[in-house]
Amino acid sequence: MVECGRHLNIALFTLSEVLSVSGEPGAFTVQVKQHPRYVDMTKCIACGMCMEKCPKKVDDEFNMAISKRKAAYIKYGQTVPLKYAIDGQNCLFITKGKCRACEKFCPTGAINFEDKEKQIMLQVGAVILAPGYNYFDPGANDFYGYGHIPDLVTSMAYERLLSASGPNMGHLIRPSDGREPRSIAWIQCVGSRQTNRYDHGYCSSVCCMYAIKQALVTAEHLPGEAPQQQIFYINIRTHGKEFERYYKDAKVKGVQFIKARPKVSPGKNNKGVTLTYFTEDGRRIIDQVDMAVLSIGLQAPQDGLQLAERLDFQLNHYHFARTRAAAPVSSTRQGIYIAGAFHSPKDIPQSVTEASCAAAEAARLLAAAKGSLTQEKSYPPERDISAEAPRVGVFVCSCGINIANIVDVKAVVAYAQTLPQVVLVENNLFTCSTDTQGLIAQKINEHKLNRIVIAACTPRTHEPMFQDTLREVGLNPYLIEMANIRNQNAWVHQSDPQSATRKAKDQVRMAVAKVVLNQPLQRMQVPVTQKALVIGGGMAGMTAALDFADQGIEVYLLEAKEHLGGNAANLRVTWQNEPVQPMLDDLITRVECHPKIKVFLKAQLLACNGSVGNFSSTIETSDGPREINYGAVVIATGGSEYYPSEYLFGEDDRVLTQLQFDRKLRVESSALKKARQAVFIQCVGSREPQRPYCSRVCCTHSMMSAIAFKELNPEMEVIIVYREIRTYGQWEDLYRKARDLGVIFVRYSQEKKPKVTRRDDGLAISVYDAVIRQELKLRADYVILATAIVHNDQRRIVEMFKCSVNADGFMNEAHPKLRPVDMSVEGLFVAGLCHYPKPLDEAITQAKAAVSRAGVILSKHQLQLDAVKSYATAQCDGCALCLDVCPYQALALETTTDNGRTARRIKVEMALCKGCGLCQATCPKEGILVHGFTLEQLMAETNAVLEVV
Amino acid sequence: MEKNFEPVIVGYLCNWCAYAGADLAGVSRLAYPANMRPIRVMCTGMVHPELVVHALSKGADGVIVMG
Repeated sequence: MVECGRHLNIALFTLSEVLSVSGEPGAFTVQVKQHPRYVDMTKCIACGMCMEKCPKKVDDEFNMAISKRKAAYIKYGQTVPLKYAIDGQNCLFITKGKCRACEKFCPTGAINFEDKEKQIMLQVGAVILAPGYNYFDPGANDFYGYGHIPDLVTSMAYERLLSASGPNMGHLIRPSDGREPRSIAWIQCVGSRQTNRYDHGYCSSVCCMYAIKQALVTAEHLPGEAPQQQIFYINIRTHGKEFERYYKDAKVKGVQFIKARPKVSPGKNNKGVTLTYFTEDGRRIIDQVDMAVLSIGLQAPQDGLQLAERLDFQLNHYHFARTRAAAPVSSTRQGIYIAGAFHSPKDIPQSVTEASCAAAEAARLLAAAKGSLTQEKSYPPERDISAEAPRVGVFVCSCGINIANIVDVKAVVAYAQTLPQVVLVENNLFTCSTDTQGLIAQKINEHKLNRIVIAACTPRTHEPMFQDTLREVGLNPYLIEMANIRNQNAWVHQSDPQSATRKAKDQVRMAVAKVVLNQPLQRMQVPVTQKALVIGGGMAGMTAALDFADQGIEVYLLEAKEHLGGNAANLRVTWQNEPVQPMLDDLITRVECHPKIKVFLKAQLLACNGSVGNFSSTIETSDGPREINYGAVVIATGGSEYYPSEYLFGEDDRVLTQLQFDRKLRVESSALKKARQAVFIQCVGSREPQRPYCSRVCCTHSMMSAIAFKELNPEMEVIIVYREIRTYGQWEDLYRKARDLGVIFVRYSQEKKPKVTRRDDGLAISVYDAVIRQELKLRADYVILATAIVHNDQRRIVEMFKCSVNADGFMNEAHPKLRPVDMSVEGLFVAGLCHYPKPLDEAITQAKAAVSRAGVILSKHQLQLDAVKSYATAQCDGCALCLDVCPYQALALETTTDNGRTARRIKVEMALCKGCGLCQATCPKEGILVHGFTLEQLMAETNAVLEVV
Repeated sequence: MEKNFEPVIVGYLCNWCAYAGADLAGVSRLAYPANMRPIRVMCTGMVHPELVVHALSKGADGVIVMG
């Protein structure tokens, strides 16, 4: 968020709404209405004085109205931009004409009651919509007595109760009497999968996981014996990567999962909650819990309808934006893209992936104009300070009264003047203000300063700005240190000004001790080979290749088989009933004809060298080996259907996998039509000890196949034998349709798996029905096995690129939520089934997202690296202890020969090193250090702490 | 032990988590005693054991490595 806020090429419009979008893709005019903030953002320093003095309290919507906020407020601590706003609907002056306390106390004169609504016209090429979702409100329909029972809260309110930044600072207490709850129940599917009282037929996809997470976090929050935790569910849907493990882990840790829908009534004296439910074996249970949580679902955003009207694109029957599998983030209006829960409920990884995907689509649309409006700053040449002794300038910020009210700033200034090598100390009211930047620049020149200490707020938000000031006067940006005397001092030691002042002096001394050791550091530039390698010619790989090529980037596309297409060649239709084959044929033609794509069939990677921006490889092609160079890689090696050794598979050709059945349905549906009975068996090879993950797509696949059967012949008896139905998101519609068409569902348990045997007139299936508790004997003309999806063999690729896989062998992403298509090795991106089982549209989304992320590297001629990197010193003797601890594979052992003597030394691959310094802490002889954080520098800071106290 | 004993604690805070958390504590005005002196590191993994031993031998009453 912070990065987004300060990016040179992102203009942020807060408090704004879009009124209209006119024009054509590539040349839109967007009319924006910006509501008044009543705070001048250029003057606001986020000191919070306006909030402190504001007398008007209103419900804090961020804390789900559990606590109050003021009319002058920020939504939460990490808000971007970190600028206060005045809520015009509640401000006493704006509504009643008196007060103005904030204006009186604001130290910078930032309050502006004259602020008016503005109309802004923007010229843009593409529009991305990410308006998010609304929570389901259980109060609107008197749901479960919500609103009357104090200890019945929504999951969102519960989330705030658990949060360290929430109303109780993470101390979990129940609303009725402030006691710590010892028993908590979650009720799933509130506002999801229900069509009788409101039209929310879809599954919200995320609630099962968040309920399990809340249960596990609750146990961590409550001291003492583990609390009693129950999750009441219809189906537990843990279909994401690593989710099934999380679910099983929760069971081991004592979270109870109860398949029931309880009736909710008030507890004794309206404290706690009474739950009445029937167990699966028919017993009626009345239970008291201290607290109950309604796992509320997601719904289309309230203003989505208005947005769709204003921007002229279509929504579906649930008011989610309408999209297609082949173009998963494209709205029905060209040039307008959708990301996040606005077109289907989804979790963070999927939303982040879609956001990158939408950026890729916009980049593709605007490829011709790429880079034409981006801004870059230029700086004067750097002053050479190598011969100068350190001359330190210290700038102590009062931050209005934020620091000065607690810390005796004058005393800190006087103290700083006594420190060695300090030649100038200044106190500023606001060190970050534009005029102080000018003053700092002037003082640097006047006093020939070559080291700067800023004693103010946090380097995490402000250091880049001060570094920029240094660069503007030709000083290396790494010659600065910040002493964080606001966030980590004045703001947290308000009741102890004396200690705060003492600490501030220490912090300045520490910063000075370190800064004198700071050396000019250079951000290395690496030339980039602006070409991409895509491994795997399935749907994901081809999509990635085509997206690169359409952006003008040359692509090598490697496919191990003799033809392109992958699994999609066997798929029949997408979940929205779009035929897959024409989509695939079109994609193959476009890939094969594109002048920027070089396709290598029956090819494989033999070797790989280099790092981000500059890889080189030898590939084996049908014409012999070949060398290729590229700057980034998308790995899309795919997956396959698992072929089981049970249920007569391979012994009887009436037992089919999903893909075999899809093919049959396409080419010989007349034969299938004659069948009288068909049985689907779910979770074949998934969610079993040898493959403990959920394969995500099989439930929906079976629904589509079952519906196809019923549509071929409504008289046919179609039975789905399942363990848990996981038709997440809008796929739930298919589950409902299958039930409406008369498909029969029989639940089995892993301990009592069904048995398939041959008999004269077909196949016999015996299964123990876990609901009616009886053995059922079924007959079938076909048995369709919903088998697991397994990854293809990717060992060689993992070895060559030194990337990693999870316990199930699927490729690992750099961060499951924040960087879902990046891999931990820089320059590598992942898409499709090699990452985890997923449906076609999600694979396409991921492929496009990978292109977007790789485009960040490939769109530049030069890659600028941060200067905080490891470097080997003269003490390095090549013992290689550091090699094993490096999490980024950035270190290598180099043998050099000098005058006939061979020496071994560590070589740092700059492009891969992240400057974490695990090497530095491992090395017993200071043979490897991190620029800017050397052992000497950290030692100097440590010494400075202990020098005078 | 002295009655008004005020320990000096050397803190090594990871830039990406603990240091950010300490910043947020500031924004949220969460009070805590002023005995810790924060040193920002790019990862607690870079804190050499020697640093910790050194800090203690030089008179630190405690060392806290947060990340």
